[in-house]
Amino acid sequence: MFTPERATLAASFLLALMTGASLAEAPNLGKPIDEAAIANWDISILPDGTGLPKGSGTPAQGAPIYAEKCSACHGDSGKGGVANALVSDRKIDGISASQKTIKNFVGDSTTIFDFIRRAMPFQAPRSLTDDEVYALTAYILAENKLIGANDTMNAETLPKVKMPNRDNFIIRFPDRI
Amino acid sequence: MAKSRDRNAGGQALEPVAGNGLIDRRALLGRGMVLAGAMGAGIGPASAAAGAEPLADDPWSLEIGDPTPLYQVPSKFEAKVVRTLSNPNHEPRNSHSRTPHHLLEGTTTPNGLHFTINHGGVPTIDPDKHRLVIHGLVKRPLEFTLETLSRYPMVSRAAFVECGGNSAPMFSPEPMQENVQALHGLASCAEWTGVRLSTLLEETGIDPSAKWFIAEGADSPHLSRSVPMKKALDDAMIALYQNGERIMPGNGYPMRLLLPGYEGNMNVKFLRRIKLVDQPAMSFYEARTYSPILPSGKAYRFYFLQEVKSFITSPSHGASLKGPGLYEISGIAYSGTGRIDKVMVSADGGQSWAQAALEEPVLSKAFTRFRMPWRWNGGPATLQSRAWDEGGNVQPTRAEFVAARGELTKPAPVLAFPNQHYNSITSWGVASNGEVKHVYA
Repeated sequence: MFTPERATLAASFLLALMTGASLAEAPNLGKPIDEAAIANWDISILPDGTGLPKGSGTPAQGAPIYAEKCSACHGDSGKGGVANALVSDRKIDGISASQKTIKNFVGDSTTIFDFIRRAMPFQAPRSLTDDEVYALTAYILAENKLIGANDTMNAETLPKVKMPNRDNFIIRFPDRI
Repeated sequence: MAKSRDRNAGGQALEPVAGNGLIDRRALLGRGMVLAGAMGAGIGPASAAAGAEPLADDPWSLEIGDPTPLYQVPSKFEAKVVRTLSNPNHEPRNSHSRTPHHLLEGTTTPNGLHFTINHGGVPTIDPDKHRLVIHGLVKRPLEFTLETLSRYPMVSRAAFVECGGNSAPMFSPEPMQENVQALHGLASCAEWTGVRLSTLLEETGIDPSAKWFIAEGADSPHLSRSVPMKKALDDAMIALYQNGERIMPGNGYPMRLLLPGYEGNMNVKFLRRIKLVDQPAMSFYEARTYSPILPSGKAYRFYFLQEVKSFITSPSHGASLKGPGLYEISGIAYSGTGRIDKVMVSADGGQSWAQAALEEPVLSKAFTRFRMPWRWNGGPATLQSRAWDEGGNVQPTRAEFVAARGELTKPAPVLAFPNQHYNSITSWGVASNGEVKHVYA
């Protein structure tokens, strides 16, 4: 008798056959690894907050970390130095990329957390704790007046921060996505 | 007048095909004969032979040469054929090296001269310890070593890689007095060999909700880019070899992502992780750097494609022509969408055009060499090339490009990246004294 269960079984069998057939042509040497073993490498953060770690930080907690670990390149209070300004009220006028700032350009708050965690400080990437990354993100957002001075950034609050330039992008080649 | 002088060995006229000295490209079919004929017509063989010095053996012909090295490098006389460096003192910032197109020929960039951009130095990666992990929206996450990947079916293909910021000095409102290396040196072409990403994804399985994958490097910035799954299943490759040898350290040793035709930065080097996801990550480079600002104030996002482009490499800015006569105009054309269909060349600033000869084979998403015979009459000339690809896309004129994408209000430093994805026509002005300079026309 034909039942949904049998259909599922048949489909699984067919899939197994097909998968088996295609795998037979490759050496099949990938070593299975579970997500727990990948966790230390898996630092991808998505704009909806997927991947954000536990922990939290406030602008007040971020200020001394910024002064110690970031200001040498990015200047006092994020005003810029040998590296880009992180805090600015500059408006975009003309096409020069040198005008881009976090406030006037970056569309997603999660980008800030993601980049600090994977690439900063330049001389010692991956040396900050997740709490420190949250605190620095909060500090930069607050100095830009994108969050309040007492707001806490964590996995829940960070993706909700609305970036001013968020809706100002045109997808260049939609058919390639 | 010139027409009557230009005859090939068979006595046939070299037809002018466009203004200011461009000659029918069919003359190139018997190029040696044509040049001999044209030169002969101008100089007169009998008079030139009269006062010639007798030939003598030079020292290198009279003694045993150097021992054979394990890995050979170019002649010491070629010491000037090198890349230019944006950060020679290794300061804590990005480092660019640019390909010297004006000193190279053909379509393959030698590995030591391939352009590189690194965002935290060049990592020294132990190939035995390097791992590639594929995970996320897959049926089973898998880990690969260089050794295991070497057991998989391999493919080889030519592909150019071009930085999305290549040619950025041309956003300046006046022509920067810089050579083709400074202007266009962040593009190179190699034969890449490796394993198709789709082969590995067959093994991991793909969850139907996967729409993008995030590629990440093992370098200090852990450089990360989002790529549509469409590209993963099309022609994406985990490249292990570059022109037949292991990938150069600056180009991603021991393995890199190769996305033929797509923005260089997306071809993630030192590749260690691929995560299948349902949305793009909006990493730093896609959210900020490679989203070019438009004149409207909006910005393009997910540009991906390196659009059809060409430029003349010889003669080019900095060259000095040694008197009127026959020259070959030669350059490079490429397109991220496929093969080059044709290249037109002008010697009069775009008033008239003639079709250049394309060197075979013309390969998809790879450099194509074009050639055009030209008799310089000693007067001012403006040399340009313009390419079409098989998709019908045409390289825009500067006026068309500026109308769509804008230009800066004042020149930017040549090493800056004031905007991205410039693919308009490059013009070289030839003065009566033979000096060749970058001009806008």
